Amino acid sequence: MKYLDEFSDPDLAGKLLAQIHAATTRPWALMEVCGGQTHSIIRHGIDQLLPDGIEMIHGPGCPVCVTGLETIDKALAIAARPDVIFCSFGDMLRVPGSAQDLFGVKSAGGDVRVVYSPLDALTIARQNPDRQVVFFGIGFETTAPANAMTVYQARRLGIGNFSLLVSHVLVPPAIAAIMESPRCRVQAFLAAGHVCSVMGTGEYPALAARYRVPIVVTGFEPLDILEGIRQTVVQLEAGRHEVANAYPRAVRDEGNPAAMAMLRDVFEVTDRTWRGIGTIPGSGWRLSSRYREFDAEHRFDVTGVRAAESPLCRAGEVLQGLRKPNQCAAFGKQCTPRTPLGATMVSAEGACAAYYAYRRLDLVATS
Amino acid sequence: MTAGLDFENWTCPVPLRDHPAIVMGHGGGGAMSAELVEHLFLPGYGAAGAGELGDCAVVEAGGVRLAFSTDSFVVRPMFFPGGSIGDLAVNGTVNDLAMSGATPLYLSAAFILQEGTALADIGRIAAAMGAAASAAGVRLVTGDTKVVDRRSGDGVYVNTAGVGMLAPGVDIAPRRATAGDAVLVSGDLGVHGVAVLSCREGVEFGTGVSSDTAPLHGLVAAMLATGADVHVLRDPTRGGVAASLNEIARAAGVGVELGERDLPVPPAVADACSLLGLDPLQVANEGKLLAFVPPDSADAVLDAMRAHPLGAGARRIGTCVPDHPGMVVARTALGGTRVVTMPIGEQLPRIC
Repeated sequence: MKYLDEFSDPDLAGKLLAQIHAATTRPWALMEVCGGQTHSIIRHGIDQLLPDGIEMIHGPGCPVCVTGLETIDKALAIAARPDVIFCSFGDMLRVPGSAQDLFGVKSAGGDVRVVYSPLDALTIARQNPDRQVVFFGIGFETTAPANAMTVYQARRLGIGNFSLLVSHVLVPPAIAAIMESPRCRVQAFLAAGHVCSVMGTGEYPALAARYRVPIVVTGFEPLDILEGIRQTVVQLEAGRHEVANAYPRAVRDEGNPAAMAMLRDVFEVTDRTWRGIGTIPGSGWRLSSRYREFDAEHRFDVTGVRAAESPLCRAGEVLQGLRKPNQCAAFGKQCTPRTPLGATMVSAEGACAAYYAYRRLDLVATS
Repeated sequence: MTAGLDFENWTCPVPLRDHPAIVMGHGGGGAMSAELVEHLFLPGYGAAGAGELGDCAVVEAGGVRLAFSTDSFVVRPMFFPGGSIGDLAVNGTVNDLAMSGATPLYLSAAFILQEGTALADIGRIAAAMGAAASAAGVRLVTGDTKVVDRRSGDGVYVNTAGVGMLAPGVDIAPRRATAGDAVLVSGDLGVHGVAVLSCREGVEFGTGVSSDTAPLHGLVAAMLATGADVHVLRDPTRGGVAASLNEIARAAGVGVELGERDLPVPPAVADACSLLGLDPLQVANEGKLLAFVPPDSADAVLDAMRAHPLGAGARRIGTCVPDHPGMVVARTALGGTRVVTMPIGEQLPRIC
């Protein structure tokens, strides 16, 4: 694809790798925040090509992985209702709730549909005025504008049979929570490029200063990631801790003002429980009071659903960078993409699934 | 095991009991489909079950070796760029027979039709089947028609079964994959899957890609005419190259190494997969084959393939190795490695 293939050129990648090797004199632990970056790093074998001392810690930025178990159980309860058409992005269908997943609900007769955009769900609602249509609105700041636009349109067009099950999560509070953890080993962050394309970089200088960590806004193609790592290592080696933008073709410092205005109108900040991590204050968005009538949790009265995680699953420690996926006793045994104990094993962006998919060779070789 | 299945105490290491009922993934051609066969169908069949579980069985009847295969077609939409469910129903079974090295001869055709389906649509499908059979040189010799209630079906389902003749001495099967074999592919990958996805409801996107559906036995005949001892042939349909190579690696107890830079993925397929978060290696093909051939005959077979209209884009994509048996590994363009996994069930588009 033009403007995309250029960013996985092997020769240019070799040059960036050489610069990273030349710049590195000590071990450093870098966290890539976004699951899309984790997928790309493992998919292209980038971590195998870095200097031995450079460790990539896979952050909590997979929206599928961190969506709370209670939220999944609420989704399952709503999707099982005979009056509901439940619409979701595809990779949420296999995420295990307490007892089953959305595929299981579909198999039992639930009307569960994969859509590629929340606006498709709105179209389905207009086509089925006698049914309740619910969209599973999860994700970071990246997916939020489209979800906000959908609710905004539903209200503007008076589509009363549409609602949103919202579990949005926010990156900056998660970075702060990781740095506040007493066991934190992270020395620098590759910030999630597409989150910043929406929100800009304004939230990061305070974090970089407070925790004395470089934060480099980074894209997703191999060259983007290598350039992000290169800039981060150069800062670390020089003892600097600044916010830098290594993804200028997509990210402006001020973000996308139109999207941000819509987000402020439709959503309000709330405490959010991250699967495997726990509750992080002020780390989520829910529908604001102006749009409360479109909140599926209230419409279907599932606010009381409570759930608890499998005690075997170490996803929380993986998501905090305290443990590599293959250091979990259940990895590849009780827990596989086919039988996931935790959500990090489900999505292609989940660290455990990425390791399982692409790294079993190393694991076989070293076991 | 045949006297009633005990669903509570299955010993399967990756138990099906997570899902007490059929879910879509059981039909995806990946690990879940394989589990269903291994842990439900085969125990149910008991002593009556036989064979190597390939897409095509080789059986003897009256001193003649026959290839025998069946396949059901539930593709949505029924008509897509480059073909229809009718083309697939003929070419799919013809190709399953061809992958054993057989010459396809006779096909059956059975229809399950939903009440209310337009006769014009069924007529188009029948005409496509006739044209495809004529092009492939096979005869449609028996059939069946059933109609189901409006609420029970979804348009048209087609099942075809076929028989073909095997020449003496031809032995082409996944178990014959041997370390050192060259792994060849007959042309561009992922074309059919992207063509169908491009017009599926809710996904529509513009692409110039048309399905590659085609009968491959002519190409196979050209390859065998070189005199090479072709070890394995496979048409990488559902589950794509990833599923086919994993199945072959497991069946033969060998490893497979691919070079990602050598994979013929056309830009339109790469772009669509990139947008939808799919792996081109897991996307279906309907007119391509994979071949495992001894290294000293690889060039001759490649030349023969390239001289055939359906193999013009043939190239070597990898090697069969003694390491990591049962696993397929790709060397990435940047120089790292990754494991190419068996798809689990349905391919799930990623959120972002």
